[in-house]
Amino acid sequence: MTGQKPSVIANPWRRLSAWTDARIGLGRAGISLPTHEMLAFQLAHAQARDAVHLPLDTSALMKDLAELTERRKALLPHEPVHLQSQASDRITYLQRPDLGRRLSQKSCEALDRLGHTGDSPVDLALVVADGLSSYGVQENAVGFLEALLANLEADDQTWELAPLIVVSQGRVAIGDDVGHRLNARCVVVLIGERPGLSSPDSLGLYLTWAPEPGLTDASRNCISNIRPAGLSFEEASRRLGYLLREARRQEVSGVPLKDRSEETVIDQGIGNFLLR
Amino acid sequence: MYRYSLGNRRWQFATLAELMAKATPARSGDRLAGVIAHTAEERVVAQMALAELPLKTFLTEALVPYEQDEVTRLILDDHDVGAFEPVSHLTVGDFRNWLLSDLATPEMLVRIRAGITPEMAAAVCKIMRNQDLILVAQKCRVQTAFRSTVGLPGRMSTRLQPNHPTDDITGIAASILDGLLYGSGDAVIGINPATDNVAQSVRLLQLMDEVIRKYEIPTQSCVLTHVTNTLEAIEHRAPVDLVFQSIGGTEATNRSFGFDLATLAEARDAALSLNRGTVGNNVMYFETGQGSSLSADAHHGVDQQTCEARAYAVARKFEPLLVNTVVGFIGPEYLFDGKEITRAGLEDHFCGKLLGLPMGCDICYTNHAEADQNDMDNLLTLLGVAGCNFIMGIPGSDDIMLNYQTTSFHDALYVRRVLDKRPAPEFEQWLTRMQIFQDGEGKVPADGLPEAFRKSLASLPGGGGS
Repeated sequence: MTGQKPSVIANPWRRLSAWTDARIGLGRAGISLPTHEMLAFQLAHAQARDAVHLPLDTSALMKDLAELTERRKALLPHEPVHLQSQASDRITYLQRPDLGRRLSQKSCEALDRLGHTGDSPVDLALVVADGLSSYGVQENAVGFLEALLANLEADDQTWELAPLIVVSQGRVAIGDDVGHRLNARCVVVLIGERPGLSSPDSLGLYLTWAPEPGLTDASRNCISNIRPAGLSFEEASRRLGYLLREARRQEVSGVPLKDRSEETVIDQGIGNFLLR
Repeated sequence: MYRYSLGNRRWQFATLAELMAKATPARSGDRLAGVIAHTAEERVVAQMALAELPLKTFLTEALVPYEQDEVTRLILDDHDVGAFEPVSHLTVGDFRNWLLSDLATPEMLVRIRAGITPEMAAAVCKIMRNQDLILVAQKCRVQTAFRSTVGLPGRMSTRLQPNHPTDDITGIAASILDGLLYGSGDAVIGINPATDNVAQSVRLLQLMDEVIRKYEIPTQSCVLTHVTNTLEAIEHRAPVDLVFQSIGGTEATNRSFGFDLATLAEARDAALSLNRGTVGNNVMYFETGQGSSLSADAHHGVDQQTCEARAYAVARKFEPLLVNTVVGFIGPEYLFDGKEITRAGLEDHFCGKLLGLPMGCDICYTNHAEADQNDMDNLLTLLGVAGCNFIMGIPGSDDIMLNYQTTSFHDALYVRRVLDKRPAPEFEQWLTRMQIFQDGEGKVPADGLPEAFRKSLASLPGGGGS
């Protein structure tokens, strides 16, 4: 025992981390991060870097979606379809977002062969794209779609759906092209969000009314952070259900379509303890 | 047509936009747009040609057509000929010399501000080295205020960014407490909501307002939601301090963000009518970042650094409290690695300050960029030297909602210590009064839990508090 002060000062509020994944109460060595915390961060960053380059297991996903289609035959009369963007590999995908927004020639032809371009449009096309986290898609896309399809089946109005679409090396805007070619009145793109240190498995979704190539983000509504530890499948599908019904009623999406779904406040915690 | 001869070789650049783009230090976004110089030599030749261009050229030759773009109209219609006079005879190359010279005192730089257009700032920026950008920016003083004063010499402020992936109140409150106890939040306490929704924004505004009032914190709050949502929140009588909006440098970029200049004017008027500031009345918070115009396919063939500088004309019109260039957020297709992010951060800070904006920087990177914490340490130190008004502060550098890494509460204390910087004066006094910091200068946190927060901690399940 030297009687000296310790070199690391701990933070007594660290136990608040029971209510959040944020890196709070880390303590300090002087004013710097203690060694243990610094290395924990380095490990999380290394894992996230590796996740960006993990390819989507399309055969497993297509198999899961075929089974889902089978279970929800009333809503999904057609088999799921796998497409490819013009970005042929990951490095191209990361550096050329324009290519990730466009379908490959072969995929365009495959879609056009489906013959959905007749006079009567379908109500909704659901598109799953790997985006920046194939892990997020692999883990969460099917579970979310289960919740959404149950929601749509229970709705008062009927929803005629295009086949489920999977796009490899796809970005959000590719949904506009897909939805347009499927003659869909509305498209929803489910996409792997870029992996965070604490959330390598987040899904985002983007809704566009009257999809066609060339639209911008102002035409889309977004719901983010869909994953078991974030926004639950049920809550996300409830919010999307609201947006879908409103988009259909008002024939609009994006900035003019505000999310006014009732906030069933889902605080896990103990409220604002700072006011006590 | 712009021509330049080097030895017996003649180079030509078809338009001013092409000359500007090719003179820009290399970055992936300009490559993606197809406007980058083909060779390293062509880039330097373009810089030499640009250096010979009279600054006046930018007043007669618009990079984005006047008739098509309200940002161009704003830039040219608001140009102040009187302010421009001291530098109006200079070429771009002479302008660099002038800025570096002792003629360009802090007072003189304030005087010429309204005479400098974004394109002039962008042009001179392209022929400046990193140390030039730092040296001149350090001479540009821009001070703004609401309940705290941001941008005083020797000060560096922070935005406390307590984001949570589900906007969970307890989670947000926990990050706010962590930040306050590390001395963060004197620029703003600003939350990016997980979902853009008026009801949620109002709820978060109330949460922050209650904390600010209970602890009498000399700072302001902001929910970083779309400007039209904030307008609605004001109609619902929500406690709005600052109006947020992401802005870009062309009308089409801003249209893709869902607003125009009239929307911003309306929102600013609404926020001013609430009269909630105490030491000042700057009510706008803007975020920008190189690559947004290209991302929205709205760049008109103009390079991304010039588009970014044009966004500052939009910001300048509305007298913001804070302008934040979110430099590494957009991803590697626009700024590929730590080197490109560093350069862009210094460029944006310089151009913004030269144009008279209260520039801060979100010193950040995503997990798909070729960058890491060491790159952020470097840029943080460089921007600290350059006199950056504010940076972000987040627990342990990890934004668990937006999924990227930015500067931590610890990082802000690091830069204050190595560069002898202090927080905003009102906030510094509060930190001392609340016994959060021991030294009176916002550099040494208290060892234990300050008295004022003990009751809150003791109320938690499990009790205790210190």
